[in-house]
Amino acid sequence: MSLYYLTAHELHDLLLKKEISAVEVNEAVFNRIESVEDGVKAYLTLTRDQAMRTAQSVDDMINAGRPIPPLAGIPVAIKDNICTEGVRTTAASKIIYNFIPPYDATVVKKLAGQHIAMTGKTNLDEFAMGSSTENSGFFATHNPWNRDCVPGGSSGGSAAAVAAGEAICAIGSDTGGSIRQPAAFCGVVGIKPTYGAVSRYGLIAFASSLDQIGPFTRDVTDCALMLNAICGHDPLDATSSTYEVQDFRRCLVNDIKGLKIGVPREYMSEGIDAEVRQVIEKTMSLLEMNGARIEETSLPHLGYSLPVYYLIAPAEASSNLARYDGVRYGFRSEGAQDVVDMFMKTRSQGFGAEVKRRIMLGTYVLSAGYYDAYYLKALKVRTLIKEDFNKAFEKFDILLSPTTPSPAFRFGEKTGDPLKMYLSDVFTIAVNLAGIPGLSIPCGFVNGLPVGLQLMGRPFSEGKLLQAAYTFEQNTDHHKKHPEL
Amino acid sequence: MTQYETVIGLEVHLELKTNSKIFCSSSTSFGGKPNTHVCPVCLGLPGVLPVVNKKVVEDAILVALALNCRIAEFSKFDRKNYYYPDMPKNYQISQYDLPIALDGRLEIELDGKLKKIGITRLHMEEDTGKLVHQGTITTTPFSLVDYNRAGVPLLEIVSEPDLRSPEEARIYLEKLKSVIQYTGVSDCRMEEGSLRCDANVSVRQLGKEEFGTKAEIKNMNSFRSLQKALTYEVSRQIEVLEEGGRIVQETRTWDEGQGITLPLRSKEQAHDYRYFPEPDLVPMIIEREWVESVRNRLPELPDARRERYVRNYSLPDYDAGVLTSTKEMADYFEACLDAYPSPKTVSNWIMGDLSRLLNANNLEINDCPVSPVNLASLFKILDEGTISGKIAKVVFEEMFATGKDAGTIVKEKRLVQISDEGSLSAIVEEVIAGNPKSVSDYRSGKDKALGFLVGQVMKATKGKANPELVNKLFKEKILD
Repeated sequence: MSLYYLTAHELHDLLLKKEISAVEVNEAVFNRIESVEDGVKAYLTLTRDQAMRTAQSVDDMINAGRPIPPLAGIPVAIKDNICTEGVRTTAASKIIYNFIPPYDATVVKKLAGQHIAMTGKTNLDEFAMGSSTENSGFFATHNPWNRDCVPGGSSGGSAAAVAAGEAICAIGSDTGGSIRQPAAFCGVVGIKPTYGAVSRYGLIAFASSLDQIGPFTRDVTDCALMLNAICGHDPLDATSSTYEVQDFRRCLVNDIKGLKIGVPREYMSEGIDAEVRQVIEKTMSLLEMNGARIEETSLPHLGYSLPVYYLIAPAEASSNLARYDGVRYGFRSEGAQDVVDMFMKTRSQGFGAEVKRRIMLGTYVLSAGYYDAYYLKALKVRTLIKEDFNKAFEKFDILLSPTTPSPAFRFGEKTGDPLKMYLSDVFTIAVNLAGIPGLSIPCGFVNGLPVGLQLMGRPFSEGKLLQAAYTFEQNTDHHKKHPEL
Repeated sequence: MTQYETVIGLEVHLELKTNSKIFCSSSTSFGGKPNTHVCPVCLGLPGVLPVVNKKVVEDAILVALALNCRIAEFSKFDRKNYYYPDMPKNYQISQYDLPIALDGRLEIELDGKLKKIGITRLHMEEDTGKLVHQGTITTTPFSLVDYNRAGVPLLEIVSEPDLRSPEEARIYLEKLKSVIQYTGVSDCRMEEGSLRCDANVSVRQLGKEEFGTKAEIKNMNSFRSLQKALTYEVSRQIEVLEEGGRIVQETRTWDEGQGITLPLRSKEQAHDYRYFPEPDLVPMIIEREWVESVRNRLPELPDARRERYVRNYSLPDYDAGVLTSTKEMADYFEACLDAYPSPKTVSNWIMGDLSRLLNANNLEINDCPVSPVNLASLFKILDEGTISGKIAKVVFEEMFATGKDAGTIVKEKRLVQISDEGSLSAIVEEVIAGNPKSVSDYRSGKDKALGFLVGQVMKATKGKANPELVNKLFKEKILD
């Protein structure tokens, strides 16, 4: 087995046994990048030297007989909307194509504290706005399972990198499904933690009340390790929770006896592919065989998720993205007549079409005379959606659904119709609106493309989701399959 | 001719002098090199988040309590969106519909009568940076931006439209400044911009209840220009109405040079700020215990202090008002009293010679070279008869110029009063001999002549003669 397809915990064991060195692990991954990156295009920036230096220092620690943290020396890719000190961070937008942050995001700092080896910065839909990574201001990323298909988005680069062996783990961000949907499309594990569980400091904001950082991994154990590394209160993020973080490794128990799982009927009816439904039904029987009690339930307001999301997220985005004006950093259009002209030219030329569409949408819904009808109404419906979940969680430990209604689609299939594109997030968006955790785990294949199972839980019930996912994983071998590249 | 009534409401912006900015730990100090008091947060770099400085909320509560406001139990920040290069994020974090405090009042004195001016609301927000132009904003080939001020905490205090004249507006602003200075949270320097004021002005026919259309006046940088600008604006509006015109709702700017207000933007051109709740900050629940603990920090405010001066020190109300107009002045007064417990004497000196010299030298009481203890030392040697009242003024000027205490100056300049009867007698006799006309005038009942004669002795002794003794000697020698 190639080193680049091992998991972090497997590599850690080998490092401790001194069967391999961290430098060898990183060399294996960077060689893999060299051989497949042209076909995948997961990365916007590679930081090989930095990774090798870290790997060397980890080897030094091991050789000196010092203890190393579980993720030490593990090659981890970071989504390029997360700030890295001294390393270009673009959010895949031309408008900050040359931005080099003078500071690290809190997650990056925390991971550096664990001595992870950062492989580089991964591609995404510009400012995380999209579901296919086709909206990247630079180039599209390909799905390692079928290079004619999209890897999902917006964290397509991170998901593809892990699936292709171009990183062992990766960090992404999820505003409406941007971790879970690409995880499903690329056949890896991805979790969007509870809103406030992971600091957003240093995450280039798309929609502040929905954004959350989370990991991509090859299995549930690695997911637990990554969560251990990144969760926790951050005084630099006023919305980060003071909830006490548990050691998620304790949740890696192969047991779901008596676990009450609800399946919202709204998730199983709306435009879901027949083959995907079959895979999910098979998954449900397997969970029942292992002792889970599965029942149908309902989230009556779920149907409003998409419209509510496309009012709230663009509203916040229109304000969050106002700072990209050419004055202080990034791209500035030449030849402007005056400052207003400079703003207009810079923003017209610097932003891509989807970003502009959302800025306009958001500006409109916040405008005088429309605020109450759109934004305020959306906030109220958001509360109803939250209440639906609260109610369901009175009865069920977790909720289950397909992560996406269909597997990865082809390039260009949805780019002409924004609404069609938006619909690919229809199953993931409500989780962000409710602020609850959502995990996607590979649960089968349709026509050679992975299918994802989404597990949702109460706020800060990541442990419960991990336990259910771990149990499922122990009784299946989807996570052991790798794309041929 | 129609009689008009003026209606004015003021919006005051106040810079708080906290150590760090409202949403980050950058310094707030004034006058640093451009863009040195900045960090990723106040520069609005991609990915940064604001965190509320608790001291700002506490100061806001303190000021709100001083203005008799109701402190909200639930308050939040909002984003005010508009594009301007001095704003790093192109939105300002401010408060919109749930400000920290509401419904306050401030009492001002008009011709000896008290009037309550309502305070609509008080809220917190961040300041913007500053644009630096070459020449004027319209002709400069480029502009530079200094973000040192960006993120400095501001309080906005909005009054009810209760002010009925430009003078009232000025008095209100002066009183507001005084109260806030007492709380110690701001320097309130209009020239440095730590106190800024916009005014909403309208006029209506006397007796009508409905407000006239208002204009918002900006760019008034001193108390004087506030009153001048408002006076101009009121007469402009009346003139327009008298000529059968209509007032347009607009924002106007005060042009100090021309002494007029000029249109800046119309209602149609007004920004749509697209306020919405700041998603990067959680709403604040302001616990009553916290409010009460802040209330305990509230110092004695000018009105209470003034009353106390009248009550305890038997000072005239006017004197008490002057002494308490700034906290520094009142503190100085009380420090003097600690060393020399005679309120009327201290008050007379402070309001007289001390204030005169401060004004002449453009100094604030805090920069006064004469310390309260030194001032008291002057009173003491005056009481002891070491110097005369006249010499005391000379000594005081020297104290003001050098910062030395009274005793030292008296010694150095040999200003000790001559109270030795023998030596004064000789001088008095010389004066009597040299001024027969005045002597006979005095003898025949012209008291004025005595003044002249005493003056001659003073001249001869360079003012050091004990005047009472000289008077006595003349009376003895001429009348007896």
